[in-house]
Amino acid sequence: MGATIVEKIFSKTCGKEIRAGEVVMAPLDGAMIHDITGPLAIQKFYEMGGSKVFDPERIIMLFDHQIPADSIGAAQNHVYMRAFAAEQHIHNYDINEGVCHQVVLEKGRAAPGEIVVGADSHTCMYGAVGAFATGIGSTDMGFALKFGALYFKVPETIRAELSGRFTKYVGAKDLILAIAADIGADGATYKAIEFTGRTVSNLDMAGRMTCCNMAVEMGAKAGIVAPDAITWKYMKSRRNMKPFVLRSDRDADFAERRSYDVSNLEPQVAVPHNVDTAVPVNKVAGTHVDQVFIGSCTNGRFEDLKEAADVLGKKKFNANVRVIVIPASRDEYLRTLEAGLVEKFVKAGALVEAPCCGPCMGGAFGLLAPGEVSLSTSNRNFRGRQGSTDAKVYLCSPATAAASAMNGVITDPREV
Amino acid sequence: MMNNRKPAARQEAVAGMPLAGTNARAWKFGDNIDTDAIIPGRFLTINNPDELAHHAFEGTRDEFAKKVKEGDVVVGGRNFGCGSSREHAPLALLGSGVRVVIAQSFARIFFRNSINVGVLPVVCRDADKIADGAKIRLNARNGYIEADGTRYVVEPVPEFMQGIIDAGGLVPYAKGLKEVLVCTKSQR
Repeated sequence: MGATIVEKIFSKTCGKEIRAGEVVMAPLDGAMIHDITGPLAIQKFYEMGGSKVFDPERIIMLFDHQIPADSIGAAQNHVYMRAFAAEQHIHNYDINEGVCHQVVLEKGRAAPGEIVVGADSHTCMYGAVGAFATGIGSTDMGFALKFGALYFKVPETIRAELSGRFTKYVGAKDLILAIAADIGADGATYKAIEFTGRTVSNLDMAGRMTCCNMAVEMGAKAGIVAPDAITWKYMKSRRNMKPFVLRSDRDADFAERRSYDVSNLEPQVAVPHNVDTAVPVNKVAGTHVDQVFIGSCTNGRFEDLKEAADVLGKKKFNANVRVIVIPASRDEYLRTLEAGLVEKFVKAGALVEAPCCGPCMGGAFGLLAPGEVSLSTSNRNFRGRQGSTDAKVYLCSPATAAASAMNGVITDPREV
Repeated sequence: MMNNRKPAARQEAVAGMPLAGTNARAWKFGDNIDTDAIIPGRFLTINNPDELAHHAFEGTRDEFAKKVKEGDVVVGGRNFGCGSSREHAPLALLGSGVRVVIAQSFARIFFRNSINVGVLPVVCRDADKIADGAKIRLNARNGYIEADGTRYVVEPVPEFMQGIIDAGGLVPYAKGLKEVLVCTKSQR
């Protein structure tokens, strides 16, 4: 019997054969904390008797959820974390670099075959480079900061085999929304989802990140794509490491195999108030929107913003819609800027904000009033997620978001 | 608002999780109760359980924070605690005096966070049958709970987490540890 990619990562780390279901105390290659979950993690680290972190070089700290500080409380949390970084000699990216998950990957702080944890549920995004990465809470993070290791129950793997070519203005976000609707909000709980097949081989890093990012929306512990030439090209400027082969064996024991053909996939929209509710865009076309958010760790990369700009063309956004565009990181912002897209978005009527989580988590800005409707390229549409519990959030791709922002109603991007 | 919560019982929560003997009111919720519903994002600058408790289920079920009593039990359907990794969610429950959550199933991170902070997640496949306001008697240690006198089977907690539960959470568990035994012999 062969092994899954996840079993191989744990086996390599532990130096012996590890199978799904086993509980191991595994050493960590990286641990990420941000401004929301970080203060509690640090507090727990001290409460556990921690005085020195396991390895400052393996800890990634940055602020992205509430930046620049939107309240005195947020400012105090930032001050508290800065002091910890200084005391422990941890490099703190502070408010300067962008959304945590994008920054971790950009800075090469997660790599193929590594085990990385983050005090944020969307940490599973690092699976895009073939790392085993999972979100944890603050107390587990306090433990991780102190000991540099954590208990893992090695998950079984659902293999999602993807085939076919995307048609115009249909992409990774539509695919992952469709997969989430198929697997369900808890269909992958305690499992990993491996994305594989010809479609994935042709998918750029941005698209792989979008897919892995949303694995947790099916309850998954991790999303992962086996590293290939595209991965190693991405890693090249980021980490000094030699490419190696890391992939599931053909005869590995998968929990389940599911096949998806993207050839006939239409643009998808997840309707309120759950993520696993995707329908083809034409089912909700015409729905009024008050705010459109293009950004987040799910869809705030240059490729996403470029797609939105392509749909926009030379037209303008609807004057009745608040359009908020937020590149996911400083690097992505610069790419967007240098390509002339910032000017394009601003001239079309959008607000282009500095890299941060923005309206996604409903804490900093861009909150919704009762009765309002938001269309968002982010990853969650839970009731109250972006403000009032009487507001509605729909999720979609950057292309669908742009088309809808132009018309003021949910719109098929292929029809503008 | 906090008057109905006895400090003595809070001490008990820190020292060890209550596995039996609670006679509590059930606060019934449905499927896919996410952590944004338990504690909305705009309150995440707060790190103190008692303060978080003021906003527990705000906008979702406003009476909860006003009426919940020390020892009450939250009952959910499937996938309780899905979404964000925010530990503020089980902390808001802890601050509300809730030390036990019973659900048909839990989202992974919430399950682990709850145990870590001293709130016991109890998996009960029949949790959907428990009525709002039901009197709950816990006997999780013996594998069952009672709701209004009806007995329901509950699943045992994962073995490797029992030590953390017995300690009353991950902080007291980890406090005594000088080092941990990692799966690999040679530290990298």
